[in-house]
Amino acid sequence: MDIKEIVKEENLVYKKSMVLTDKEMHYCPGCTHGVVHKLIAEVIDEMGIQEKTIGVAPVGCAVFAYDYLHIDWQEAAHGRAPAVATGVKRLLPDKMVFSYQGDGDLAAIGTAETIHACNRGENIVMVFINNGIYGMTGGQMAPTTLKGMKASTCPFGREPQQDGNPLKITELLAQLPGTSYVTRHSCHTAAAVRKTKKALRKAFENQQQKKGTSLVEVVSTCSSGWKMTPAKANDWMVENMFPFYPLGDLKDE
Amino acid sequence: MKELKLMKGNEAIAEAAIRCGTDGYFGYPITPQSEIMETLMAQQPWNTTGMVVLQAESEVASINMVYGGAGCGKKVMTSSSSPGVSLMQEGLSYMAGCELPCVVVNVVRGGPGLGTIQPAQSDYFQSVKGGGHGDYKLITLAPASVQEMADFVELAFELAFKYRNPALILSDGVIGQMMEKVELQPQQPRMTEEELIEKYGSWATTGKTADRERNIITSVELASEEMEAFNYKLQAKYKAVEENEVRYENYMCDDAEYLLVAYGSSARICQKSVEIAREKGIKAGLLRPITLFPFPTKPIQDIAKHVKGILSVEMSAGQMVEDVKLAVNGSVSVEHFGRFGGIIPSPDEVVKALESNFIEG
Amino acid sequence: MKEEIIIAGFGGQGVLSMGKILAYSGVMQDLEVSWMPSYGPEMRGGTANVTVILSDSRISSPILHEFDTAIILNQQSMDKFEEQVKPGGILLYDGNGITRHPERKDINIYRVDAAEEAAKMHSTKTFNMIVLGAYLKINEVVKMDNVLKGLKSSLPERHHHLLPLNEKAITRGMEIVSEVEV
Repeated sequence: MDIKEIVKEENLVYKKSMVLTDKEMHYCPGCTHGVVHKLIAEVIDEMGIQEKTIGVAPVGCAVFAYDYLHIDWQEAAHGRAPAVATGVKRLLPDKMVFSYQGDGDLAAIGTAETIHACNRGENIVMVFINNGIYGMTGGQMAPTTLKGMKASTCPFGREPQQDGNPLKITELLAQLPGTSYVTRHSCHTAAAVRKTKKALRKAFENQQQKKGTSLVEVVSTCSSGWKMTPAKANDWMVENMFPFYPLGDLKDE
Repeated sequence: MKELKLMKGNEAIAEAAIRCGTDGYFGYPITPQSEIMETLMAQQPWNTTGMVVLQAESEVASINMVYGGAGCGKKVMTSSSSPGVSLMQEGLSYMAGCELPCVVVNVVRGGPGLGTIQPAQSDYFQSVKGGGHGDYKLITLAPASVQEMADFVELAFELAFKYRNPALILSDGVIGQMMEKVELQPQQPRMTEEELIEKYGSWATTGKTADRERNIITSVELASEEMEAFNYKLQAKYKAVEENEVRYENYMCDDAEYLLVAYGSSARICQKSVEIAREKGIKAGLLRPITLFPFPTKPIQDIAKHVKGILSVEMSAGQMVEDVKLAVNGSVSVEHFGRFGGIIPSPDEVVKALESNFIEG
Repeated sequence: MKEEIIIAGFGGQGVLSMGKILAYSGVMQDLEVSWMPSYGPEMRGGTANVTVILSDSRISSPILHEFDTAIILNQQSMDKFEEQVKPGGILLYDGNGITRHPERKDINIYRVDAAEEAAKMHSTKTFNMIVLGAYLKINEVVKMDNVLKGLKSSLPERHHHLLPLNEKAITRGMEIVSEVEV
């Protein structure tokens, strides 16, 4: 069969969302960021909100998130994305606003901004990528690094007496009256990816319905930081991350 | 219609902000400027003009909320006092790096550290030399009366949008807390999104429509050549500010033999000092910088040609005096007189300093 | 015409609001005015003072170290401000709680027992208006009708029913003030 006979509209089973740009992603092979970017793009596409969505990018590996989604973006200082998103949403209440943050951004340097945006119930979506390590700066300890897990600033494994305990910030945020939807997912299987997409869709729909803050955590891998192959990293995540960060809805009001 | 009111400088800032059509205010309480947010909250402008007012969890959060609002092309402001403004330096550096307009009010108190809540002018360096990291400047206005507190809100927004750069109103506890007569302008409507785009161009994140490219507010550029090129662009902008926006006021300078240079509340005190000195037969004059960046370098140079000495008077250990010295570049003797830590110098003290530095012995 | 006044006493005596009413009266009389308070923790239960300047020309320094008039309402303020009255100036004080009375011979000293009188009027809140009345009797810097207008402008509308009481207190202050010979 000739290739021209195959590449036809009626044979199309998958198409890249028009909300994704053509820019080649800078993420490492096996990184979860690329998948989550794609899912957000698809949700924006399917909901028809491209013209009214404004993203707030973090500092961390996703600092260049704005290169990949074909929408208006603001790049925030480290940890400040919830405050920036608050400013955007308060001034433009009819737009759809989301922040996209890693664990260092959301749960360490930006803890105050995160908690208070959620506590005010800012009508925004917060996407939280938790891979338990600082990938961008070379594999340092994150607030969510597991006990005993190695990082360049806890090279012998995280020791709570020295390094403090891993922070379950999502559980903490679920306690706040301002959050309406708090959920934890992953992208290590096709089924998990579909569930994550559904959660993201629901979060954006919540914003349309002015329900307050929706937070979608995605427990993620960092092959480079964890020093594993992508497949091995997925296995390690299932074995070690999921018991401490169990998947599922923490709150749905 | 002319509306004459007696109000505090801080209250005047808030009233003027509403009346000039400000879109948003984000702040965190700190003495001696808390009346600004208190006045805004009491007025509830969200019911009248639609202005957003929000008490943030910190100054770090407030300046970043300002960042978000400014990135949407809105007229957004914050206010604080010295320790709080220190916390905002990160955000201000980012805003300068993103070329975002905003207005920040600093009602200065004495430092360093937690310091005192009494008035001071010891944040001059922080204000005019950048303050945060990187090569940038804040357009800095120094009001010396309650009327100017009111008038400078709109002026600061105009300059901030004209140059797409944060503008700072550098006040202090005296001007913030004192009451004077003030004439408020009538209420102006807030600009619509279309009007903002019409006037200032379409660079803001208002949602990417089909008719334009994406707008991205960012200050990151990992390619050094491009970062240097951007820095050249910023420097060219600051040069244009220096060429076009210098504002100052002269008081009895024409025949002056001695020049006082002072801004804000110190300028008010020095005006009295000039009167006292003249009664004593000393021909003193006062140059009051209204813009601190851009600094009135040329006007000071011109007066320096016919005076015997210049006294820079500040409520600090001597900060602006460096810019006065740079302006005259050794052509005439420049000295500093200041009280600090919350102490306000008396007009007589200034005259004595003038005499002891230049006239006696 | 220029009158530089310090009003000093305890927080809670109505020092700042008396200054504000005086300043507002000046506005009504088309004068330039400034009102500069001490502020911060010292206001809370401690001393409070405010500098009020009324002038027919532009006011330079709102902060002064000598005054045409000192209105003194406690001993700490007496100790601090008696020295700062210009020669030939006015010192007006309430005798209540004063243990060391003013001693200068080169200034004009007046006394008004406003705290005592306010108690007689069964309204301690009228205290500062009795003092204001005493001052206006000694030195009519602003006309009475402008004072009443100033009073109205500086009081929130919900307190406007108190205007007649305040006017009465001002009148009473005018009646009971007396000059003190040192």
